[in-house]
Amino acid sequence: MKIHEYQAKEVLRRYKTPLLQGRVAYSVEEAVNVAREIGGEVWVVKAQIHAGGRGKGGGVKLARSIDEVRKHAEAILGMQLVTHQTGPEGKKVNQLLIEAGCNIDHEYYLAAVLDRETARVAVMGSYEGGMDIEEVAAKTPGKIKKEFFDPSEGMHGFQARRLALAIGIPQALVNKAAGLILGVAKCFVEEDASLVEINPLVTTKDGGVLALDAKMSFDDNALFRHTDIEAYRDVTEEVPEETEAKKYDLSYIKLEGNIGCMVNGAGLAMSTMDIIKLHGGSPANFLDVGGGASTERVTAAFKLILSDKAVKAVLVNIFGGIMKCDVIAAGVIAAAKETKLQVPVVVRLEGTNVEKGRKLLDESGLKIQSATDLTDAAKKVVAAAKG
Amino acid sequence: MSIFVNKATRVICQGITGTHGAFHSARCIEYGTNFVGGVTPGKGGKVFDKDPAGQPIKNPNGDAVSLPIFNTVADAMDEVGVDASMIFVPPPLAADAILEAADAGVKLICCITEGIPVMDMVRVSEVMKERYPRSRLIGPNCPGVITPGECKIGIMPGHIHKPGKIGIVSRSGTLTYEAVHQVTNAGMGQSTCVGIGGDPVNGTNFIDCLSAFNADPNTEAVIMIGEIGGNAEEKAAQWVAENMHKPVAAFIAGRTAPPGKRMGHAGAIISGGKGTADDKMKALRAAGITVADSPADLAKALKEAMAAVA
Repeated sequence: MKIHEYQAKEVLRRYKTPLLQGRVAYSVEEAVNVAREIGGEVWVVKAQIHAGGRGKGGGVKLARSIDEVRKHAEAILGMQLVTHQTGPEGKKVNQLLIEAGCNIDHEYYLAAVLDRETARVAVMGSYEGGMDIEEVAAKTPGKIKKEFFDPSEGMHGFQARRLALAIGIPQALVNKAAGLILGVAKCFVEEDASLVEINPLVTTKDGGVLALDAKMSFDDNALFRHTDIEAYRDVTEEVPEETEAKKYDLSYIKLEGNIGCMVNGAGLAMSTMDIIKLHGGSPANFLDVGGGASTERVTAAFKLILSDKAVKAVLVNIFGGIMKCDVIAAGVIAAAKETKLQVPVVVRLEGTNVEKGRKLLDESGLKIQSATDLTDAAKKVVAAAKG
Repeated sequence: MSIFVNKATRVICQGITGTHGAFHSARCIEYGTNFVGGVTPGKGGKVFDKDPAGQPIKNPNGDAVSLPIFNTVADAMDEVGVDASMIFVPPPLAADAILEAADAGVKLICCITEGIPVMDMVRVSEVMKERYPRSRLIGPNCPGVITPGECKIGIMPGHIHKPGKIGIVSRSGTLTYEAVHQVTNAGMGQSTCVGIGGDPVNGTNFIDCLSAFNADPNTEAVIMIGEIGGNAEEKAAQWVAENMHKPVAAFIAGRTAPPGKRMGHAGAIISGGKGTADDKMKALRAAGITVADSPADLAKALKEAMAAVA
């Protein structure tokens, strides 16, 4: 789960991360009031959406007067912000973060992630912080410095100092920077984060070290023990179908194509998308109905797929292990009837009770084609989608 | 011969009184697994003799089975002797269950549970390396391990398997069944099938399995099924190039998956342009592995790989 920058900063504040003064605003008036409250002569107006690249997309503006705060807030609030991470349709800005300005000396990069290879937490930093960090990582990976730690032990102070020095933090500020790094490492572990990213981490002309931006995402599997983080969920940032799917414990991801897929198991679901593409079609979604799915869950899955108007045909591919084929067949039939099925459906069943399942489908009186194997299923559904 | 499990393997289930634990323990016993008991804290002294539907539990001969339930894995170890444990404990408690089994000296721990917080697994992985190096963890979030005709530990449908000489190792569940089904239909059988699970941090990896298959006299060739995310397949490819003397066929799921989207499995995500299917397929091919382009061609790729060395 992702959260907004202002929320991430609320979390980081609990870990004593030095931050600029600031607050979230939901209207232009509120933005102006927050700026007045903060005082000073320079403010930053920042769009709050769940995507990076906001600065380049025009969602972050510097204001040198209260009038400018108002002007920028008016322009940004409600805009469809397009960045390299939002897709061409962009994301609507519903809230702003108004922060004090500061006198930046240098912009660094800092992030904590899980390193799958060592099964440890990796804390990464770079001298080359700011807007082009992805390019730095791709072209000059040597400029990204790393420290690894075991979460039971925590990150050590010497590791944080070593990282700060390695990325070129001035000697006089190393202890300050190390404190910030340790806070980020601790936050990553304690909050079950999957990413904590500070880009940029800045040193200021008056000798400060600050987290200027903050991006965080969390391990969905651990949210049960972080109800405060779960409360940060912003459903307007999520794909509605994907949110709906979660209610039924379905794993659903919307894609661009026109062939709806319902599959059991993530690996088989991905492979089903692959084989559709291999035979010239294009999948409309990834959908894993999971292991012990009930008729209700299969019905919900079916409705979800059919709610996407782009879908011209549906492929149901089930290898019954835990799930019995007759249960799937009953679910498909119930859903087809309930949704007054208009699009062609190809069903490929295999495994436990396959004969019973096929018989149910054949005798349902519905327009459902059954397929003998994966290739047959893919060919049939691609043909059906082309109409 | 086989790897990891056989007829003699003495198996328990942690979480045997839960719906899934009870259901699948019953299926394993029906298959003929040498099941010796179960563990549920607070239910020690009771017996396991009915599945969740209230049906009596039977072995392959149709005889009724009644197994002891213990409060702890250590009790089970003392009373009945345990080689392997199948874990069906819910996600918040699963990491603890893994360590309990390791601490009791269980040599093979197979964790079926899906949805364990990754930080828990990071801790488990570190503790197992440091303190319990003799215990092998398979999973979590996996279908389990089966040596056809001898021992089934996990949720895979037993009847699609057939004893034989093909080793199968996979990150995915149902896609493994697909491979098994194709191998069986092609007239071959399996020595052992291992589902290593779809989580970013797991126990047994591809190389552990490939190396065991390489040493197993009954395994003639191996099918390896990977998916997008991480670099386990690339590392396995390198290991195969340097060490494997048996033919290997492979498939990678997720060629059409968009970057940044988690495809069901916590580990299946292309991030920062790394872990794509194309990169993995390239690495596998470079290591001399026959890679199937279609998931329908797993058995075909295997035959090609076997023909190439014959």
